[in-house]
Amino acid sequence: MIFITIGNYSPFDRMVRVIDKWAALRGRTDIFAQIGSTNWRPEHIKWTDFLKPEEFDRKMQEANVVIAHAGAGTILKALELGKPILVMPRRPHLHETPNNHQLFMAKRFQDLGRIAMAQDESDLMAKLDHLEALRGAERISPVASRSLLEAIRDFMKQ
Amino acid sequence: MVSEAKKVLAISSCGGHWTQLKRLLPALDGCKIVFVTEHARYRTDVGSEKFYFLNAAIRWDKIGLLRQAGKIFWIVIKERPDYVISTGTACGFFAFCFAKLLLGSRTIWVDSIANTESLSLSGRLAGRLADLWLTQWPHLAKEGGPYYYGSTL
Repeated sequence: MIFITIGNYSPFDRMVRVIDKWAALRGRTDIFAQIGSTNWRPEHIKWTDFLKPEEFDRKMQEANVVIAHAGAGTILKALELGKPILVMPRRPHLHETPNNHQLFMAKRFQDLGRIAMAQDESDLMAKLDHLEALRGAERISPVASRSLLEAIRDFMKQ
Repeated sequence: MVSEAKKVLAISSCGGHWTQLKRLLPALDGCKIVFVTEHARYRTDVGSEKFYFLNAAIRWDKIGLLRQAGKIFWIVIKERPDYVISTGTACGFFAFCFAKLLLGSRTIWVDSIANTESLSLSGRLAGRLADLWLTQWPHLAKEGGPYYYGSTL
């Protein structure tokens, strides 16, 4: 199953439309998308607007691949589960996000070898045909790094 | 005499901020935690711990921010936390203002891992009120803060 998520905030039809079109082209029936509150309706993939946290976690676990906006929460969850994840950053000039933090973060995580990124619609379309090649990075711990937790504990002991 | 558990107000907006806040919880073992976030949906994440939710508010939503600040003021006065910890955004800064200035609570800011090129606006503002001011990217750390001790990764 391919799990698509656009996160908790505004819709991201620009990404989901590409996947909907690709599903039709390739005859894929194993795609489930969380698309937010939007007037547009996908025609070729299963979808819902929002998922409860426990439903979201279940979809993540069931997924072979996750495709998402480049949100920190989604990326961290996918990495926790060792799922391959392909992200497309929301962009400010298209009024999808206030600034370019998704693009910058996606680049940093890509450089660390943790995720794959599609810059735009045509790049996403091309990368969808090579999803099988994506490998999940090494699972990260379900909690923050030891040194960060220690720093907070030490501070609270002072 | 056994001292009472410290009370920590753990506050963040939704999505990635909340995910990162939860990843910090092992640092708060033994504390009494009061959670505050922007969505009622997350209540199921915190078990039996106390939970408040706020209206969501982004930077240019002045009315939303004002409503949020009002509710946070009320929560801070009611709960009187010893510590406040936040991963962002504006709601964490508001909680720092009220708790630090009115109650003298100690404050911990862990700027979101999503802020890779510079600190968020709320992170920069909160830095002035933070007793522990952290970034999750080593290249953003500076003498005097924010400091880097690792990430929520």
